[in-house]
Amino acid sequence: MYILKKLALTILVLIGAATCSFLLLRMLPGDPAEALAGPQAALEDVETVRKSLDLDKPAARQYLTYMTSMARGDLGYSYRSHRLVVDEIKARWPATLKLSLASMLVAIFCGVPLGIHAAQKRGRLADTVSMVVSFVGVSMPSFWLGMILIVCFSVKFQLLPFSGDDELLNYVLPSLTLGLGVAANIARMTRASMLETLGQDYVRTARGKGLSEFRVVKLHALRNAAVPIVTIIGLQLGALLGGQVVTETLFVWPGLGRMIVDSLNARDYMVVQGGILVLAATFAILNLLTDLLCKALDPRIRL
Amino acid sequence: MGSIRQFFRNPSAVAGLAILVAITLACLCSSWIVPYSPYDQNLQEKLLQPSALHFMGTDEFGRDVFVRILVGAKYSLTSGFVSVLLSLAGGLLIGIPAGYVGGALDKGLMVVCDIMLAFPGILMAMALAMVIGPGIYTPMITVGISSIPVFARLIRAQFLTLREAPFVEAMRAAGAGDLRIALKHILPNALGPILVQSTLRMGVAIVTAATLSFLGLGAQPPAPEWGTMLNSARTYFMTSAYLAMFPGLAITVSVIAINLVGDALRDHLDPKLRER
Repeated sequence: MYILKKLALTILVLIGAATCSFLLLRMLPGDPAEALAGPQAALEDVETVRKSLDLDKPAARQYLTYMTSMARGDLGYSYRSHRLVVDEIKARWPATLKLSLASMLVAIFCGVPLGIHAAQKRGRLADTVSMVVSFVGVSMPSFWLGMILIVCFSVKFQLLPFSGDDELLNYVLPSLTLGLGVAANIARMTRASMLETLGQDYVRTARGKGLSEFRVVKLHALRNAAVPIVTIIGLQLGALLGGQVVTETLFVWPGLGRMIVDSLNARDYMVVQGGILVLAATFAILNLLTDLLCKALDPRIRL
Repeated sequence: MGSIRQFFRNPSAVAGLAILVAITLACLCSSWIVPYSPYDQNLQEKLLQPSALHFMGTDEFGRDVFVRILVGAKYSLTSGFVSVLLSLAGGLLIGIPAGYVGGALDKGLMVVCDIMLAFPGILMAMALAMVIGPGIYTPMITVGISSIPVFARLIRAQFLTLREAPFVEAMRAAGAGDLRIALKHILPNALGPILVQSTLRMGVAIVTAATLSFLGLGAQPPAPEWGTMLNSARTYFMTSAYLAMFPGLAITVSVIAINLVGDALRDHLDPKLRER
């Protein structure tokens, strides 16, 4: 039942997102058919676009045409490459997905242990240092972190490559760029949540019955501190997908984010719209999964 | 008023405010601090490394980077401030009716918010920037609009709890109208969390605005906007890495200052949220 309700909301969100992009495209300065056909389009091309999108019909009809073609997975075509937007997205999608996963791993495996460690050493030097570091981390623009990493590791010492995506080494700098800022957020939330659970009675009981500190912290406290941590990870996924845009531009990564920026600069609006819709849909589905995971972790939660 | 004095006893509040005041003063007095113009080109002195004459070096057109950074503060600080005002206004317009009236209106407005939140912030801002076109006001407007749902949700939540409070019931019994109760009685009680969130969002807004400019969607060269400067610096990674350092440092220091103030405000106004 909860799942159905959440699913309905997700679908509503997707419809809303598509509607927003319909409205945005109609708000472009000038004639939408000319804008969509691209800056150098011939008159016939403009007319073809106008016909195929029903731009000569009333607005309600345009909206219907637009939504039905969306539902069929027809996102239009790119005037630059003359390929379908769907095919462009399919070609770029794996690179973005792989980089997101790598960054999420960086974020989780840096952020969660750092937060736990800080909570265990509350008030001591290790805590202060990790919280200062993560405070700077949340305040820093991710693209600047990326530039520092490039200057340090690619320019000065030439240890790591800063463009390309075919080797494992290529993933190091972009995934650190995207992941470390998110890790800082996760560390702050993990620390707060762990501090709360470590003060609970059952933790004292667990200690009292002589369990090892590892079991107390990792099995008893972490399990109960998990819900806020998972929630923030889910929310940060949005930041990650957004950050993808700028990181891919910086590292010349052949993913969706750079596709959106390049197309935006070339006024290839159908590609921009398709890319943004796919990223928004991904985010909506990830949110749904996060909610379900939280429910699995804590059955008391009612979605 | 003892409360304000107590707030100023918090070292992070003082540090954050001091940095912000220093940045603002340095920006306003930049022409007295540095004897260079932020716009005049001098190609004989291009790409000079930082030195005693040019504290942060010169850029590809021979302009002093330090003075450009000082002047550039106005873009970042105003876009942070203006965009938060914009999202606050939108948030109040959506959040108050949703939280105070509730019911179907609340459900409908919150679905709209959820739809807006389904776009990761920067994407929403980029989509809007596509319509508005690049310019110095684009980051302010787009970031402002894209953060409206964050404020709307917060304000709604405040009104939702406060409308059941005994003092509201008392006002209603005394015959006060809904508008009066909402604006004169509930709103002042909800100000604490709103102020905290506004401050913290200002940091986010500055970073997002700089990101948009970095992507070429905000301020355009030769404006000394920090994100724009970082974008130009990308061409000179190999030879002049210092160009990529100082504007980013300026953004980071400003955002740290704002977050210090925000965290202190939160500890001060919203003790329930402490440590979060």
